[in-house]
Amino acid sequence: MSAEVEEASPEYVPITVEFSGGLEMLFSNERKLSLSIPRRDKDGQKANVAFLIDYLCQDCLKDPRKDLFVLDGSVRPGILVLINDADWELEGEEKYELQDNDNILFVSTLHGG
Amino acid sequence: MPPSPCHHCKTQSAKIRRPKDGSKLCVSCFTTAFETEIHHTITASSLFQRGERIAIGASGGKDSTVLASVLKTLNERHDYGLDLVLLSIDEGIRGYRDDSLETVKRNAVQYGMPLTILGYDELYGWTMDQVVEQVGKKGNCTYCGVFRRQALDRGAARLGVRHVVTGHNADDIAETVLMNLLRGDLPRLARTTSIVTSTPSAVASTDPNSRPHIKRSKPLKYAYEKEIVLYAHHKKLDYFSTECIYSPEAFRGTARSLIKSLERTRPSAILDIVRSGEDMAKLVPGNEEGCGGVCQGSVAVAEEEEGGCGSSKPGATGGYMEKMEEQLTLDREAVEKELEVEITSSSCASPGMNGAVPLPKSDKKTNNNTNNNHKKASKGQLLPSRRTGKQVVGFCKRPGCGAMTSQEICQACQLVEQLNKNRPKHAVEVVYEGEEKRDDGMLLHVTNGIAKSVLVD
Ligand SMILES: [Zn+2]
Ligand SMILES: [Zn+2]
Repeated sequence: MSAEVEEASPEYVPITVEFSGGLEMLFSNERKLSLSIPRRDKDGQKANVAFLIDYLCQDCLKDPRKDLFVLDGSVRPGILVLINDADWELEGEEKYELQDNDNILFVSTLHGG
Repeated sequence: MPPSPCHHCKTQSAKIRRPKDGSKLCVSCFTTAFETEIHHTITASSLFQRGERIAIGASGGKDSTVLASVLKTLNERHDYGLDLVLLSIDEGIRGYRDDSLETVKRNAVQYGMPLTILGYDELYGWTMDQVVEQVGKKGNCTYCGVFRRQALDRGAARLGVRHVVTGHNADDIAETVLMNLLRGDLPRLARTTSIVTSTPSAVASTDPNSRPHIKRSKPLKYAYEKEIVLYAHHKKLDYFSTECIYSPEAFRGTARSLIKSLERTRPSAILDIVRSGEDMAKLVPGNEEGCGGVCQGSVAVAEEEEGGCGSSKPGATGGYMEKMEEQLTLDREAVEKELEVEITSSSCASPGMNGAVPLPKSDKKTNNNTNNNHKKASKGQLLPSRRTGKQVVGFCKRPGCGAMTSQEICQACQLVEQLNKNRPKHAVEVVYEGEEKRDDGMLLHVTNGIAKSVLVD
C-alpha cells in the first residue's frame, strides 16, 4: 500500500492527522494536518502512535492547555483515536506502528454542543 | 496486526470495539446494533405513544444530533407514528450559539423536521450576556443551568408539545449518579436516573396559572458517549462542538474526568454505574421508580440537575456568580441533612443503607442544622431549596410560569426577579434581531444571530 503512492522517504513516514469533536480548537483550528514523521525515534524504535502523540504535543499543539490533549503521558481519557477509521483499541493503541499514508483521527467526546 | 473480522457478520473487518462488552463490530453491524438498542430502550419503557408530538431538545451538538437522526430512522423503520420537531434554546451569549444554531438549522433541513429557536430573552427577559453584564463577567453556569433546565419546558409549552426528549447519554447519567453519590444525595440520585422525569399532572388543571406539564425523557440513557461520537462519525452526521465560554461547575468537570478514566481501565464501568444508580433509586423511600415515574405523586420536580455546558474544563470562577453557586451549594447541603434524617427515620430505611446519619434529631452537636434548616432554607435566601420528602410539589405562582416546584416561586423566576430588582443599572434593550417565518412553518427566532459559516464538514 505504501510503495505505490510515492516512493516513501527512507527517513519519514507520510501520514494524515485529523482533529474533530472540538479538539481542533487546541490545534489552531486545524482539522487536518499532513505530516512527515521520523520513521524511527531517537532510540531507533519504529515510530508508533505514542511517538506521534509526543510529536504533536511538541510541534503542533500551541495551546497552553496541553492537559486537554494528553494526561499522565497518554491521550486524555475521553478522546477517541481512530487509526484508518478503526478504533485504536483494535490496533494496539499507542504501540501501533505508523505506516505510510495512515490516517490518524483524534475525536474529542468531551466537548459539548 | 491483521484486521480482525466483525464478531457479528464475520465478513467485514471490525472497526469498533464496544465499551459495554468488548465486542468487535464492523461499521454497519455497529450502526444497526446501536439503533436497535435505542429502539429497545424506547419500547421497553413505553416512552412514546403513537401520534405523539415530540420536541427534540437540539443544540447542534453530538448528542442531540445523534438523537434526532436515530429517532428519525426508528420512527420510519418501526412506524412509531411520531411527529418529531426540533426545539433549540439560545442563551444569548454573543458568538457562542451562532455556529451551533446554524448546525441545528441544517439538521432541520437534513432531517425534514420543523425547528423553533427560542431565546432566553423571550423566555426570561434576559440574555446570558445581559445576566453577566449585570452580575459579573467571570462566573459559572448557575443561571445558565437553572434557566436552561426550564427553557425546554417553557419552549415546549409554547409549541403545544407535551413531551421533550433530550440527548443525555450514559456518561451523563453516570456522572450525575457519581456526583449525587459523592454529595450523599440519594433522593436526587433517584430522580436523575429515571428515564422519564417531569410528568404530566392532573393538578395542573386546577391552577389557572399553570402550564400543561411536560414529560421529559432520555432515549440515549444507555448509550455510551463514545458510541454516540462514533455513530456520528461513521454516519457522517453534521454536528458542532464547542466549549461554553462561561465555565461549568468544577465538581461536574471532576466527576466527568473520573468517569472517563474509569472507562479507560474498565469500559463497562459507565453502564455499571448507571445500573447501580437505578438499583440505588429503588432503595430510596418515596421513589416510585417501579411505575416508571409516571404515576401521580412521583413527579420529579423540575429542579433536578442535568449536565452543564458540556465543557470538561474547570475554568476560572469568581465574583457574583461564584457566590451564587456557593449559596446554592450551602442551601442544598442544608436540605440534604434534613432529607437524610427523614430517610433514616423512615420505617423502610434499612440501617445498612444509610449508616452515616443514624442520629436522633435531638443531637444538636452533629445535626445542628436539622431543626431549623427548613426555615433557614426558605428565609430570604437567593435560591430556594429543592423539595424535601415532606414537601408537596406545587406550581410556581408567577403568572405564565407554573413550573413544578416545591417553593412558592420556582428557581428560574426567583433568579429573574433578583435580576430585575437590579435592573436600573441595565437599560432595556432590543435583544433579538429578527424573526423569520418560513413557508414550511418553520419559525426561526434569531437572537443576537450573526450568521456565520460553520466549520463542520
Ligand atoms: Zn459486521
Ligand atoms: Zn416560575
